[in-house]
Order: sequence, then structure tokens, then C-alpha cells
Amino acid sequence: MNDKSTFVELDQVSFGYGSRTILRNISLRIPRGKLVAIMGGSGCGKTTILRLIGGQIKPTSGRVMVDNQSVAALNTHQLFLLRRKMGMLFQMGALFTDQTVFENVAFQMREHTDLPEALIRNLVLMKLQAVGLRGAHHLMPSELSGGMARRVALARSIALDPELILYDEPFAGLDPISLGVIGQLVRRFNDALGATSIIVTHDITESLNIVDYLYMIAEGVVIAEGTPADIYQSTHPYLKQFVNGHADGPVPFHYPAPDYAHDLLGDGL
Amino acid sequence: MKSIADYLTLLGHQVTERLVLLGAVFHFLFSIFFMSGTCLRRPWLVVREIYFVGVFSLLIITVAGLFVGLVLGLQMYDTLERFGSGDGVGMVVALALVRELGPVLSALLFSSRAGSAITAEIGLMKATEQLTALEMMAIQPLARVIAPRFWAGVISLPLLNVIFCAVGIFGGYLVTVKLLGVDAGTFWSQMQNAVDFRQDILNGIIKSVIFALAVSLIAVFEGYSSVPTAEGVSRATTRTVVLSALVVLALDFVLTAFMFRGF
Amino acid sequence: MNRNMVDLWVGFFVALGLAAVVFLSLKVANQSSFRSAPSYDVHAYFTNIGGLKIHSPVKSAGVVIGRVTDIQLDTNNYQAKVSMALDNRYRFSVDSSASIITSGLLGEQYIGIEVGADDTLLADGDNIEFTSSALLLEKLIGAFGLNQVSGDKEPVDE
Repeated sequence: MNDKSTFVELDQVSFGYGSRTILRNISLRIPRGKLVAIMGGSGCGKTTILRLIGGQIKPTSGRVMVDNQSVAALNTHQLFLLRRKMGMLFQMGALFTDQTVFENVAFQMREHTDLPEALIRNLVLMKLQAVGLRGAHHLMPSELSGGMARRVALARSIALDPELILYDEPFAGLDPISLGVIGQLVRRFNDALGATSIIVTHDITESLNIVDYLYMIAEGVVIAEGTPADIYQSTHPYLKQFVNGHADGPVPFHYPAPDYAHDLLGDGL
Repeated sequence: MKSIADYLTLLGHQVTERLVLLGAVFHFLFSIFFMSGTCLRRPWLVVREIYFVGVFSLLIITVAGLFVGLVLGLQMYDTLERFGSGDGVGMVVALALVRELGPVLSALLFSSRAGSAITAEIGLMKATEQLTALEMMAIQPLARVIAPRFWAGVISLPLLNVIFCAVGIFGGYLVTVKLLGVDAGTFWSQMQNAVDFRQDILNGIIKSVIFALAVSLIAVFEGYSSVPTAEGVSRATTRTVVLSALVVLALDFVLTAFMFRGF
Repeated sequence: MNRNMVDLWVGFFVALGLAAVVFLSLKVANQSSFRSAPSYDVHAYFTNIGGLKIHSPVKSAGVVIGRVTDIQLDTNNYQAKVSMALDNRYRFSVDSSASIITSGLLGEQYIGIEVGADDTLLADGDNIEFTSSALLLEKLIGAFGLNQVSGDKEPVDE
């Protein structure tokens, strides 16, 4: 499996909490330098995949390989070394609320490198310039709008020029303009840094615009995959429901429940 | 109908749960010790937290200490005067403050002023994924966030305790000497005769250090293990204050029994 | 956040704490207790020590010259064996007497030492032979007030 072109690979991975299974024998292959989206409805286990790749949790069976290393087999030190090659954008930004925008972006440089202050300053301003927020470097995270906070978090996640960037719902809760901006930045960073990027999202329109490849997940298994062009042409009923946003379809509107009439007329629950 | 076996099962479950929790707390404590190297290499991390937990508690500690001293002076003078020993008021005020009230009250005030703040801050950092973000940046939250706050608490509380005692004794001096007319010389000499440095003052400081360990540990543990929601953080904050108060009072009894009764 | 400001405040806080410790140790506590002056141990037997405790003072002519370090019941003679550490600067003759005295009517009890006339001085580990025990208020009342000294009660010492 020592494949130079594959950066992240999930091989027959299962995961569950207790009796609840979240992922069932899932296999993904993410090539180096590509921007790949993992899509699916809420609660289908997409974020779990990111956490498996980041080594925050271990699979119940199967292997997660990042840069030809099995993540679950690493000890803390090795895992931390691997994580230095990763950048992650969190759903809520996860900016350090007690530090300015500048300090947030500078954080990893100060923690992991001995760069002189002047160089750190230049690097931080370059990262902030890339997301268009150089002028906001002195603000506190509480003073930023949602879209700006997301961009600062983006600048922070690429602070050390990672080889792998993980995005957890980068488009959630943004207005169309901010959404477009983030989408463009994600694509640009992937190409400019030569990094591999994985986006976990349920925003299919934006993803289809920017990604190289998509995996569609439902109920813990991959149900479809392909390039954006493949997805558009697909006749898969689930994909059609997802792309068009129908309320009912293969994904039921109702949570599994006993017969409605029986519930209403019967003698209580 | 529940059978006796059900109740026994329930009891067993409760006991096991408490033991597991206790084990988790001590494991957490040792992890903090183990991860404290960062604090030594970068003392600024701790200094910054001392600013937040110690300096910010100064005002409440001095004001509370002053009033406790004033009230102690008034009440003790009133009671002692009935036996014609009003002159001994300095001694009683000093002993009460240095042995008991200083360490205990400063710990209680500290847990509600600083302990709750530590819990809430760590809890919110957890709820907003800041701790996970640190882990993903290959930084141990335990070393970078938890340990500095823990040590800041352990350093700050004993200092606050001695400040509390000093201010309280000054308060007692104000009310008895300046207001009630006890002779200043008698006030101080009675005090000096009765207060022993090792037996009273040093033991009081040792108490305070132990309280500081307990209160700081509870604060960081509750924050770190809080449920990462608004409700979870608020519960954790409340638990910090309540649990700290109970633990401090219980520990105080045990320590007093050992120190001053010589068991 | 200004780092110098934080350093200044934390420095102020620590200085305040240290000042409080100095205040407590110099102004509040007695000085003698924490310079542990060189001392020598002597023992004395009492039939009754009353309320004497470890750390009670030992005085001569009203001046504190030492502390009680240990109190035990000697089962050979069923008397209380009191050990005390006396300041090396003060030496007493071997025929000195020790008595348990109460300061005031209800005050704390201490050991008073009255110096004798012998030329030999008490050395470390010696016994003080002449002792008088604590004056028990109840027994005083029993002896003089009610005038019914029964045979099984031992008379008040000296």
C-alpha cells in the first residue's frame, strides 16, 4: 500500500459508539494534491471521518492511513509529529477568544518554531493578507463577523503551510458572499500550497464548483463517488434527492416510528 | 415494586461511579504534574494566569479580610469583656484568623471568584472546540491550558491567605484599639505571647497550600470534564463552587485534627 | 494585553503576599519560637499536672526560659513525668524547685522554677527533685469550704 500518489486512505474502516454504528466498512482514497469533498446529510458520520484522520478517535476495525502511516498505531509523540503536517478548520472556527487575530495566526509559529519575532510578524501578515484581513490583525475574535472569523480560522489553519488541510463544514452558516469567498480561498490554498484538502460539508452546490472529487456517504457507507461531472449526470435516487433538496425520498422525512394512526388512537406510549 | 437486589445494585452502581470519578480526578492530577514541564520552561504562561486568578481576587480578599477582622474584634471583645479579659482580644482575633478563618474563608472566596472563572473558561474553550483545535495543532491542552491555570491557583491562594490574615488582624486592631480603647501595647503583646510561628502561622499556610491544591484541581477538572454545551458549562461552574466549599470544609476538619490536636 | 502591565501587577501581588508573611512572623507571632535557641532537657515528676500542656511555658521570675516538650505518665510511681527544654543561657542549681502555677484564677498554667543554693548546676537529662503540683480549685474548695475531707481523697499537695 506504499503508494506515492495516495495521501489519505481509509481501508475497510468501521466505527461506533457502543452499540451505535456510525461507519460500516468504509473505504476512501484521497490522492495527494487533490481537493476532495466528503458529503452527506447531517449525522451520517462525515465529521467522524475527519476525526479518524486527525487521530482524535480510533476505528473499531480497519485502518486509517495518512502519509503511509497508520494513524491509530502511532503513539502520542508520533501522532503529534504527524499533526504538524495537518491544518484543520473547525466548524465554529475555534479561534482562541483570549487572543487577538494576529496572535491566533501566530500561535502555532510561536509554539512550534523558534522563528524571530520580525519574521513571525511578516508571515502572519502574509497569511492575513491572503484571506483579506490584514487590516483586522489587532481585533479580538469577539469583534469579528461570522464570515471574518471563518477567514481568520482559515489563515490560522494554514499558518505552518500544512500538507493536509481538513475542513469541517467550512460553509455552514455563511451568507452567499462569504460562502463564495471561503470556497475560492479553499481552492486557492490547495493549489498554492500544493496541499491535499478534505472538505466535509453538506453544501453540494458550492462543493461541486470547487472540488476535484466527491464521496457521498449515507448511513455509514459510501453510496456514490466521482468527479463533479459524474455527480451531475448520476441518476442515483439518493444523489438526486440530495442535489435537488427534496424533503422525502430515499432519505425519509420521518424518524422511524410506530404506525401514526396506532399512536394517535392507541392507549398511550 | 423494586426488590432489595435492585436497591443493592443501585447502591453498588453509585459507589462504583464515585470511585471511578475519584480515580479519574487523581489520574488527571498526575497528568497535570507530568505535563508541567512547559510551565517551567515558559513561566510567562503561569504569570499571566496568576494575574487573572490572583491579582483579580486581591480586592475581594482584602475587603472581606478587613470586615472579618472588624467583626471578630467587636464580637470577641464583647464576649471576653464579660470575663474581664477584654485585653486578650488581639490574641483571639489573631489565632482565629491565622489558624482557621484565613485559610478557609480565603479558599471559599477564591473558589467562587477565581475557581468558577477557571471552570467556565476551560468549559467554554472545550465547547467552542478550542481544546480540540490545540490537539490538532499538536499541542497538549493539558500542558498549555490546564497546567498553567492549576499552578497559578496553587501559587495565588496561599499568598491571598496571608494577605487576608494580615488585613484581618489590622481590622481587629482598628476596631478594638482605635474604637473600643484597648491598649495597643496589650493588644500586640497578648497576641505575640499566644501565636507561635510554627504551630499557628506555618500550619495555617500549610492548610492554605492544601486547600489551593484541592480548589485548583476541582476548578480545572470540572472545566475539562464539563459537557460542552451552555448548560453543561453552567452546571460545571456551579459544581466547582459547591464541591470546593464542601471539600475545603471537610479537609479543614481533618487538617485541624492532625495539626492542633496532635492525633 | 500588555505584558509589562501584567508583570507589574503580579510582582505587586507577590510583594504584598511576602509583606504579609513578614508582618505575620514579626509582629503577630512571638519571636522566640522560630529562632530555635540551643537548649538542654530536664525532667520533673509531679503528682498532678492539672491543665499543663505540651508547649506550655517554663518561667523563672516571670521570664520565659523554656517550653514543656513532653508529658507522660510514669507507671513506676504513677506520677506525671514532664520533660522541658530550657534555654542554654540560663543555668539552675540542682536543688532548684519546679512548681505548676496558674496565671490568674482561670488562666493558663506554666512551670515556675525557683533557683536553689547548690553550686552544682542542672545538666542535660537531669531531674528536678523538688516539685510542687498544680493547685486544683475543686480540691481547695473541698478542703476548706465544705470541711469534709474524706479519707480516700488525697490531701492537696503542700
